[in-house]
Amino acid sequence: MSTTTTGSTRESVRVFVPIGMLGGGFAESVVERGLELGPDVIAVDGGSTDSGPHYLGSATAKSPAASIARDLRLLLRAAARADIPLIVGSCGTSGTDAGVDWVAGIAAAIMAEEGLDLPVARIYSEQRAEDLRRHLAAGRIHPLPPLGELAPETLDSCTHIVGLMGHEPIVEALENGAQVVLAGRATDTAVAAAVPLLRGMPAGPTWHAGKIVECGAQATTNPRTGGIFATIDHAGFTIEAVDPDTACTPTSVAAHMLYENADPFLLTEPDGVLDVRNATYRALDDRRVRVEGSEFHHVDQHTIKLEGARIAGYQTVSFVGVREPLVLADPEQWVEVLRKYLFLRVEQALGMTEEQFDFDLRLYGHNAVLGELDPGRGAPRELGVMLIVSAADQETATAVAKAMNPYLLHMPTPDMDYLPSFAFATSPSELERGAAYEFVLNHVVDSPTPTALFRIENGAPAHA
Amino acid sequence: MPENTLTLADVCHEVRSKNAGPFWVTIDIFVKDGEMFEVVADESFLNERTVADLYRVDLATIRMFRLPDLNVVKISFPRPVPQGSLHDRDIHAGQHHVPLAVLPVPHGR
Repeated sequence: MSTTTTGSTRESVRVFVPIGMLGGGFAESVVERGLELGPDVIAVDGGSTDSGPHYLGSATAKSPAASIARDLRLLLRAAARADIPLIVGSCGTSGTDAGVDWVAGIAAAIMAEEGLDLPVARIYSEQRAEDLRRHLAAGRIHPLPPLGELAPETLDSCTHIVGLMGHEPIVEALENGAQVVLAGRATDTAVAAAVPLLRGMPAGPTWHAGKIVECGAQATTNPRTGGIFATIDHAGFTIEAVDPDTACTPTSVAAHMLYENADPFLLTEPDGVLDVRNATYRALDDRRVRVEGSEFHHVDQHTIKLEGARIAGYQTVSFVGVREPLVLADPEQWVEVLRKYLFLRVEQALGMTEEQFDFDLRLYGHNAVLGELDPGRGAPRELGVMLIVSAADQETATAVAKAMNPYLLHMPTPDMDYLPSFAFATSPSELERGAAYEFVLNHVVDSPTPTALFRIENGAPAHA
Repeated sequence: MPENTLTLADVCHEVRSKNAGPFWVTIDIFVKDGEMFEVVADESFLNERTVADLYRVDLATIRMFRLPDLNVVKISFPRPVPQGSLHDRDIHAGQHHVPLAVLPVPHGR
């Protein structure tokens, strides 16, 4: 295997990213074409916080196992065929230990079926609250805006905490002989940056290329096609779409630094900051772009970003449709009165005070999405009224929603001297959501070494 | 409004919003051409105060970037409602471009 080739003798390192997220689905032709381009590594992200705190809080994945298996099978075959490493980051959506084991189990089953025997490393990134408490007490945990100083109790309240690894644990796993690296929570960029850095490519172009490829074909003129391919060398990098009919343009590439990034010029990694203020983007032809001038400022103190989620409450949802023109004429007035009655009703029926539960009433069709920020005017044709109740436990949340049910069914407008009946979508109308989570950490911890907070294990998990 | 009023969306290739991690939202305004970029990027049209008023966020927390090479104005601010919380109605913050997108843009045509 070629992973042991190190040093700066290499002229370039080629990274193939088949898709922005494992399990999203890509055509087999994407893999074929990606292999034709001669990659040194296949890198793919397996997660994100983008879909909310549930996945970290519950340590469950957003994608079904079958979707992961389908994509992983094609990539494992490709890695074996080309004899190159396959790196998957943020396994199981949130990169919890359970997520790594889940993907490792799927990979082991596929390799058994396919007769493959690629050496696998698992990298765990979950953090124990008591360890972080020690770091906090020693002044090694710092807040990132907009959050403030961390309270130790906040660490204890989390159901799961992960640290975002940089390239270093992945590099270590590769140096130890792994060909398939299944990483827990990692920065989106580290997955693509690990092999180029291991093989001596400069940090500026490597991390910049890592950012451009992290969402697959998002940085091309046709994001739906899937794959993207970066060739990193000592002077910069060249980027192209894997699909032959899709292009990378200087604008599509430069614009990707904006994507899901609060700052368009700077990106912080555990060992420094990518700085693209002096980067230039030049079309090599009608589908490839050359990027030069990317810089990386190394820092003395490695910092590992933490993500943590805890249970905010248990929720029950109810949904009713309204087509009655007398309500539609002034939904705000109707919902304001409804809201008052709902509080009164819960107090009367369950003896609960306002502090013991919370609810959100959303008027889909009117202003459910943007609320008071909505600039729109005019009466809707129909309203979807969504009630979400939150309470300390599921039973209470459902009891509150059930107590509110008659008002959702019959709430009249002030002008009506009768009770209308609105259109419930389901029977029963209450849907139990289970635990609802919230993100509570946006902090970094000073790490003694880039790998100290992560654990590397070889082979398949014992219980997979 | 006069009939020939253009909105920001009309003079842009795309106006988009998205989470930038769980605690920030970022809005990218891709203006169609350099001429309209001058108008859109001008402080008299778009500034931190405009954004603070539209999104009811603290003026001091707003970060604005003007990128003439790309004809882009980028705006980032802390999410007013934490992602996925009871009162969050837009998990990916993917619809929060709209208050900006419908702003009338001054134009001389």
